[in-house]
Amino acid sequence: MELTQRELVTMIHGMLFGGFFLLALFGTFVLLLDQSNPDAASAQPAPRWQTIYLIAMVALGWAAVLSGATIIYPWYRAVAPAGADLALYPKYLLTAHPSTAGWHNFGMEWKEYVAWIAPMAGTMVAWVLLKHRAAWNAHRAVRTIVLGFAAVAFLAAAIAGGWGAMINKRAPAEGGQSIQLMGSAR
Amino acid sequence: MTELKLVPQNTANGPVAAAVLACGFGCFALGALAVAADGSKRLATALNFYNPTGPLSGVATVAIALWLVCWALLAARWRNKSLAFAKVSALAFLFLALGLLLTFPPFGDLVLGR
Repeated sequence: MELTQRELVTMIHGMLFGGFFLLALFGTFVLLLDQSNPDAASAQPAPRWQTIYLIAMVALGWAAVLSGATIIYPWYRAVAPAGADLALYPKYLLTAHPSTAGWHNFGMEWKEYVAWIAPMAGTMVAWVLLKHRAAWNAHRAVRTIVLGFAAVAFLAAAIAGGWGAMINKRAPAEGGQSIQLMGSAR
Repeated sequence: MTELKLVPQNTANGPVAAAVLACGFGCFALGALAVAADGSKRLATALNFYNPTGPLSGVATVAIALWLVCWALLAARWRNKSLAFAKVSALAFLFLALGLLLTFPPFGDLVLGR
């Protein structure tokens, strides 16, 4: 059982960083809902676990977009030389046929930009919860807009992650050194 | 007995307003730059900061820089102020919604008249 280096890095980008970021964003949204009716106890600074959780959420979001934009996307959009095996050039593999071109022209074109909204909004949400708990508790309007931004961050991450998974199924990033995970079955 | 940790409570909404508005503006800048780079070869070339990633590298870098600079400036200006938060929220959410919409390819094409 083996994987190529590009498959492994794509898995880390999508399933570890992206997948856990999406889960963490959903958890943050639930946390925000739980604290949207503040009482005396919630006027305290954020508990340590929430601080660690929110910082991890933000780190996962930035790791997902930065690894996607600087490592995976260059593999995806690399220009295929004449006569090359298009399986190694996902963008060209998809755009070579009208029946698959939409995965790039619509899916990837949307994903590559919308993805950035998620960590930007997620960072702002985490910062308000960690640094401005008093304003969060004092103003209903603050709670409403922060919840709205958290919902949009989740939507943006879900769009990017969903398209990424579907595009990778249609035209996976192949190539690089093979990595043996387990001995071959006999 | 559990001791309650008391911290100074600054309930001014200015710093939060700065964060929210800057974030909305950053998202709008991202969408606007994405559409502009799609419509102009010259701008796309100018935003090609890292060739393997193409214009996406410049669009994301400039949008993030604008977001952070805007956040720092507004935070300094609104540090201890309480603002009409409903107006700031409405503007921030409008920016965010436009940013989200501009990243949607059919809407970008509509803006570019394609």
